[in-house]
Amino acid sequence: MEKSIKKWFPLFALPTLVSFAIAFLVPFVMGLYLSLCKFKTVKKVTFVGFDNYIKAFSEDQDFLNALWFTTKFTIISVITINLIAFIFAMLLTKAIKGTNFFRTIFFMPNLIGGIVLGYIWSMIINGVLYYFNATITTDANYGFWGLVILMNWQLIGYMMIIYISGIQNISPDLIEAAEIDGANAWQRLIHVTLPQIMPSITICLFLTLTNSFKLFDQNYALTAGAPGNKTQMLALDIYNTFYGRVGWQGVGQAKAVVFFIIVAAIALTQLYLTRSKEVEN
Amino acid sequence: MVDLNKTTRQWTTTPVDNPSNSDAWQQFLSGATAERLRKEKKEAMDKQKDSHAKVKTPMTGSDKVKFVILICISAMFIIPILLVLMNSFKSNVSVSNEPFSFPNAESFVGIDNYTNGIAKIDFFPAFFTSVFVTVFSVAFIVLCTSMCAWFITRVKTWYTKLMYLLFAFSMIVPFQMVMYPMSFVANQLKLDNMVGIVVIYLGFGAGLSVFMFAGFIKSVPLEIEEAAMIDGCGSIRTFFMIDFPILMPSAITVAILNAMWIWNDYLLPTLILNDQRTLPMAIQYLRGGYGSIDMAAMMAMLVLAIIPIIVFYFSCQKYIIKGVVAGAVKG
Repeated sequence: MEKSIKKWFPLFALPTLVSFAIAFLVPFVMGLYLSLCKFKTVKKVTFVGFDNYIKAFSEDQDFLNALWFTTKFTIISVITINLIAFIFAMLLTKAIKGTNFFRTIFFMPNLIGGIVLGYIWSMIINGVLYYFNATITTDANYGFWGLVILMNWQLIGYMMIIYISGIQNISPDLIEAAEIDGANAWQRLIHVTLPQIMPSITICLFLTLTNSFKLFDQNYALTAGAPGNKTQMLALDIYNTFYGRVGWQGVGQAKAVVFFIIVAAIALTQLYLTRSKEVEN
Repeated sequence: MVDLNKTTRQWTTTPVDNPSNSDAWQQFLSGATAERLRKEKKEAMDKQKDSHAKVKTPMTGSDKVKFVILICISAMFIIPILLVLMNSFKSNVSVSNEPFSFPNAESFVGIDNYTNGIAKIDFFPAFFTSVFVTVFSVAFIVLCTSMCAWFITRVKTWYTKLMYLLFAFSMIVPFQMVMYPMSFVANQLKLDNMVGIVVIYLGFGAGLSVFMFAGFIKSVPLEIEEAAMIDGCGSIRTFFMIDFPILMPSAITVAILNAMWIWNDYLLPTLILNDQRTLPMAIQYLRGGYGSIDMAAMMAMLVLAIIPIIVFYFSCQKYIIKGVVAGAVKG
């Protein structure tokens, strides 16, 4: 059977493979090489070794700022999103009138694209700040918390649904047994519910972590880095280095490689953790 | 990499709002008979009836408190969108100075913002481009990646294993890593138009989609295919008549995930497209130089951009929530 399928390689696998090479493989390899070169266009490059990486960390304050801003933002939003989403999930798992309606509403923001979200919230936040004679670009803190609010609004519903499916999978017998043994609501939460939904927690942490860390559209639409690149996250900083500074394309690519390594490290750590959890179960 | 796959399968089969349905599906895949499937379905329906019955019981005091809290929270999710709608009928000054007050005789401008905005950003061509790119990219992604996934799971040699690894690897690479060389390659190959971008989306979306399809195909029993082939089906007919119908639920998941990503995508089309604009690009275009934004027109265009999403969401809500949760591994 395998042989008869094999001869159909050009029909079954080739279209995907060719596009994959064009859109991913070739650019990826080129990207690795270009991060070691100085260039303005890809047609004329000079090899400079690790210069770009050194430049990214030493000569360019923006990159380190963006790295710090992104880390801070990621930590705060991961904590707030997961906490709030979990509380909502606990509220919604009991059969209350209109559970489905609430679920539908909470999930909706997740479908709206980053650019649109950014402008919705720039209108609202600027409207509030107008009473204090400020705009979102007056102070980097406003931009920071604006982004946190936006991200919470977008992702809470999504995470909530993952938590709900986790909570619903817990066998009612376990809860009942704990009740009979005299555990109060808090003890049931800590000792029964939380350990049972560990897989949901890992997946939610991972999703919020990578989504916050890689954020671009929302950042671009809400503040575009203002004031003075202080609210610039890593993805936006890389974009601006590529397309905003002539002769710095090599540095931009080097930053992109660093960015890739961080994202990959987060992803692989999470996979490792999930695997160890699965063994436990 | 096998572990990677374990995670997807676990998540793609996680029951979302109807646990027994998805269990039934697994049973079916593992070779259960049709009768058993029917029985499971009936049980599921009974269960649903039960939960309905539960809903109808009178609410206790703490339930009422919860209900009120939930109403307040849902207001927090709806109000921002209603604010946009309201402001889309107000004058520019009013939008930026008093976005929370209702339009009055002075600030009400009718549908001026809409006509203005539509003219300013060429809304309809942009809308058409977005629809074209999304529909064709999703169609090609579902068709090509399911075929490719079938090929690499059924043919076991060094190059199919390598392809699988590369597809899985591509999922953890952020777009910024490849965007600059990608726009160069696309430009060189004359893919910088709305037909060419379909190829780019197929290539860049291939990782996740092949990976998800491969996970499902592994659970399709080989015996069905062998039986078909013995009965004289060729590879092509076996795939399209036997496998593809079984893969339908995962095809819907893959389609929804990709449709949402491509419809909302801003950066990739900005870098690739030469003459056309997609909807997110058109909206971003309203931000003039030096950060000046025509907020009134912006509100109107946001409304027009949100409407298709909401219509789509409410028309196939069940699939969307399921699909997005199933695709939780993307990252």
